[in-house]
Amino acid sequence: MPEQLSGAAILIRSLEHEDVDLIFGVPGGAILKAYDELHSSPIRHVLARHEQGGGHMASGYAHVTGRVGVTFATSGPGATNLITPLADAYMDSIPVVAVTAQVASKSIGLDAFQESHTWGISMPVTKHNYLVTDIDEIPTTIREAFHVAATGRPGPVLVDITKDALADSMAWHGPAEIDLPGYKPSVKGHPRQVKAAMDAILSSERPVLYAGGGVVRAGASEELRTFAEQQNLPVVTTLMARGAIPDSHDLTLGMSGMHGNYTATTAIQRADLLVTVGARFDDRVTGNPDYFAPYAKVIHIDVDPAEIGKIRQADIPIVGDAKAVLDQLLAEGAERLGHDQAPERADWMQTIATWQRDFPLAYDQDPDGLIQQQYVIDELSKRTDENTIAVAGVGQHQMWASQFWRFEKPNRWVNSGGLGTMGYAVPAAVGAQAGMPDSTVIAIDGDGCFQMTFQELITAAEENIPVKIAVLNNANLGMVRQWQKMFYNDRYSATELSHSNPNIPMLAEAMGCAGFRAETPGEVIPTIEKGLAVNDRPVVMEFVCDPDAMVFPMVIAGGSNDEVLMGPEDL
Amino acid sequence: MPATQHLITVTVENKPGVLARIASMFARRDFNIHSLAVGPTEDPLRSRVTMVVDGPEMEQIIKQLYKLVHTIKVTEHAPGEAVEREIMLVRVNADPKRRSEILDAANIFDASAVDVGANTITFEVVGEPSRLSDFLEFMKTYGIVSLVKSGRIALAKDSKSQSRKQKQSA
Repeated sequence: MPEQLSGAAILIRSLEHEDVDLIFGVPGGAILKAYDELHSSPIRHVLARHEQGGGHMASGYAHVTGRVGVTFATSGPGATNLITPLADAYMDSIPVVAVTAQVASKSIGLDAFQESHTWGISMPVTKHNYLVTDIDEIPTTIREAFHVAATGRPGPVLVDITKDALADSMAWHGPAEIDLPGYKPSVKGHPRQVKAAMDAILSSERPVLYAGGGVVRAGASEELRTFAEQQNLPVVTTLMARGAIPDSHDLTLGMSGMHGNYTATTAIQRADLLVTVGARFDDRVTGNPDYFAPYAKVIHIDVDPAEIGKIRQADIPIVGDAKAVLDQLLAEGAERLGHDQAPERADWMQTIATWQRDFPLAYDQDPDGLIQQQYVIDELSKRTDENTIAVAGVGQHQMWASQFWRFEKPNRWVNSGGLGTMGYAVPAAVGAQAGMPDSTVIAIDGDGCFQMTFQELITAAEENIPVKIAVLNNANLGMVRQWQKMFYNDRYSATELSHSNPNIPMLAEAMGCAGFRAETPGEVIPTIEKGLAVNDRPVVMEFVCDPDAMVFPMVIAGGSNDEVLMGPEDL
Repeated sequence: MPATQHLITVTVENKPGVLARIASMFARRDFNIHSLAVGPTEDPLRSRVTMVVDGPEMEQIIKQLYKLVHTIKVTEHAPGEAVEREIMLVRVNADPKRRSEILDAANIFDASAVDVGANTITFEVVGEPSRLSDFLEFMKTYGIVSLVKSGRIALAKDSKSQSRKQKQSA
């Protein structure tokens, strides 16, 4: 006789069958029954202080583990607070399953207490979503949700379950079989397209491999590096792909685009071939697409057919999983090369080396001046090993982190790329640390971002999740201030935080964390050392930084990537 | 049909909310639906959505439709490759003195009078979209009081369908 279980128990059993080990969430009225069952489950629950925090934690967890992150929220405001993390995960293709509770099915549409139309609200920010009003549908829906979130182009899936479906009971027969006739993601690329791509690569004189977050999501870093080496292809990584190939590798050019380095941006502008893998020609990469990579033929490899041709017409489209297609290209390349070496492309490599020599990423730290943000990031990176997970919020600190952190391995860089969600870093770091308890997790954050979500450090302290947060405090919303300086005649409307910023080390201590502060360049290294030495609780290191520091290089929004501003002198 | 309009058939799983998903995606991607008809098919598990869509970005529209998990198949019908039908109810001014003249004209278009009032006649016209617009054009001279049209429905002509065999999801 199969067991009679409640919908809530079936939900938790179904999650256990998906090998869920961690749930980040906040309980509430409608979801009480599910939390009651969770209480006796081996799944660990991390109690976030805000549903947005719980959602970003699930995303941080998914970023570093490559597994599906899970978040719980109740109906109404619980669910609406999840919209930002869902939108964030959707833009960056992060696999997350959100389970929300809904008011009882007979109350739907009657404006019941804590009712929101969660299914409708979440639709445009999820890969797929469900409203479950019948206990029967719970096992199938959970199985489908995990399958859809993790396969193809990963993304967030929301499952909204009514209170009565959670409370009813039925016989539990174990996990369900699923059948999705409309959902069959491609894996392998078309062999003819693979051959065509190899023709283009072998005959190219100035190729660039343009690698995006899809490479990391597909677990294709090893294939990317091997393929770049086999074909002698310089590699540009997008923001989301930092670490997809080691920064120390000779073929790595780093990040291109709005705040990319000169060499990476310019190599694409001069290239005769772009081998695009898991990237989507985002406007931060392309600038004005009409002027982007004007000489390049485009090979576009993506698991999502809709990305191909969306912004830039592809000459050779290949729909498939990045790992599978790179494997096919490696095999094709090995066959075509035989015993020969890949084309040397000496002129191209020489040109690139000259740019790298003449236009390196650099900063100046005056020992008697204000702390430069880049210096802090540089020293943090030097003092931690390559397994360290770096997390960032959104803004100047994020761009400097992408420039000055040394990325050597995939899945060790967690940030909000597409949506640009300020406040992402603290909760995402908590989720990453919970998923990888043996790694050091350092969030590089700004004071503006920090003040959006720092309450999740209470969660971290309570749950023994010893994240480290480096707050680059320039007492301003720095990136907005930079644009005001550059484009709004130094009119600093609503960007100064200086008069109201809290005492950050005291705030950290009050939340159960260790708090440190560096106010001069000489205090930077000792502060980092103090912060790295504390491992029994979360740490907040505050660095009082230069409010006028600006991120360069820069391509002005909507401008041509041929016009890279190297510093304030180019304005 | 203007050159920028395209006729597509979307076969979807017959699940609650599937039309909302399509409409939401069109709104989010700034695509435009000109007409829409949804109904059951020979298979109770599937529904068919016939749409006339505006705009040049057909490739993106089709790919984005395929991205919806419940979309099974999208077919674009080139002009003349599908049997297309619309239904229209149109009420025209019909002064008693001109009534027989109007009824004679309607007869040519196979329009049937479904309601006759003191000063109006309501016609039902079923047929190819061009016939409906021709009828409407003709009736304008008498004065159109009110008009309602169904979304277009279409079925690919046997063995002539230009199905886009690119079913892929992501």
